[in-house]
Amino acid sequence: MADEIMLLDWWSSMFGMRVRIALVEKGLKYESREEDLNNKSPLLLEMNPVHRKIPVLIHNGKPICESPIIVEYIDEVWKDKSPLLSTDPYQRAQARFWADYIDNKIFQLGGKIWTSKGEDQEAAKKELMECLKILEGELGEKPFFGGENFGFVDVSLVTFSCWFYTYESFGNFSIEAECPKLIAWTKRCLQKSSVSSSLPDSLKIHDFVLQLRKKFGIE
Amino acid sequence: MAEEVKLFGKWASPFCCRIEVALKLKGVEYEYIEEDMLNKSPALLNYNPVHKKIPVLVHNGKPIAESLVIMEYIDETWKHNPILPIDPFEKAMARFWAKFIDDKFWALWPGVKKAITSSGEKEREEGIEEAQLHLNALETQLKEKKFFGGEKLGFVEISASLLIWIVVFQEVMGVEILTQEKFPALHKLTQKFVDDDVFKQCVPPWEPLVAYFKAQWGTLAASK
Repeated sequence: MADEIMLLDWWSSMFGMRVRIALVEKGLKYESREEDLNNKSPLLLEMNPVHRKIPVLIHNGKPICESPIIVEYIDEVWKDKSPLLSTDPYQRAQARFWADYIDNKIFQLGGKIWTSKGEDQEAAKKELMECLKILEGELGEKPFFGGENFGFVDVSLVTFSCWFYTYESFGNFSIEAECPKLIAWTKRCLQKSSVSSSLPDSLKIHDFVLQLRKKFGIE
Repeated sequence: MAEEVKLFGKWASPFCCRIEVALKLKGVEYEYIEEDMLNKSPALLNYNPVHKKIPVLVHNGKPIAESLVIMEYIDETWKHNPILPIDPFEKAMARFWAKFIDDKFWALWPGVKKAITSSGEKEREEGIEEAQLHLNALETQLKEKKFFGGEKLGFVEISASLLIWIVVFQEVMGVEILTQEKFPALHKLTQKFVDDDVFKQCVPPWEPLVAYFKAQWGTLAASK
């Protein structure tokens, strides 16, 4: 029986992008449904009643929520192709640790940069750069966080790269200036079709945020 | 080669308690090292340079940090008495609920803090109400779920053991937040932990725990 896979998504969500990448890495066919986050569908509310958020993966009618959990699920079910996590428990623990670190830091700090100004914005910029430097240190000389191969941490972080231009533009700073190896890594990742096909254009995101800022009166 | 397992922890921490439960369920021998969080050891700073927090598990010299990550590592390394389900979907559900419990625990903390540090009755009550909002979310979701029905303790239940600390907070504050009438499912769960043989060995002794938080919060209230 063919697998039925549906992804409830939103085009600019870094979290949704992670799932897209994982599905393409595994060569899976799926139906993608774009949610209107201001008017959430009955299906979304039914499949994710707890958080009412995207992404939600629906596999043969069963929903899985929270992007790191979804990506691990995909990796476990379709384990024969393009593994994203090592089989070694220690490597897996390190990958989960860094994915957790990314989730606790990057989204909030990046969001603060484009929604605030003055001292708040400066503080967020400083902290974001510290986090990115730590991540760059973890990458080291490896081509990917996963080592020779693109892996779980790469999936978790690369989806923020299309938001970097937005952060830099509204925060008036350059990520590449302080983290050149990290930017080189994003370019390396973008050479993979799973990544380039899953990430929207940086300018499109910037324009979207410009509209959001106007809507919320952030200037 | 003999296994060397060390756990850097703090006796009063619910996150360390989880790890001790997991290790004991697996019958893993370990050395426990108590950390003074006001004077962190060079070893801790070396093993967890990113967060500088406990718990940290060190297995044959290799460190793992973050309690849920550590629990999964323990389950994958010592495969008998599995904590997580084998089925990928059930596993995903277990991970989801464990994270939900963690998120709610952190979310209710500002309300608790408000209640402790407020001088006014009204503010204190507001703090309690805010905390109860998050407990409500937990209660609603958990009472429909099956994973507390079984005899065995699994990933979600071990994660949920930090709810006992809410009962500790109540005693420290002299206020009931997790009442049996408002939160029957949560209340039943905390009782289950208190009665369980493995948990009993890992949950710190009651009175010292209450005294510890009373002292901590005395500082909090005073610093306001």
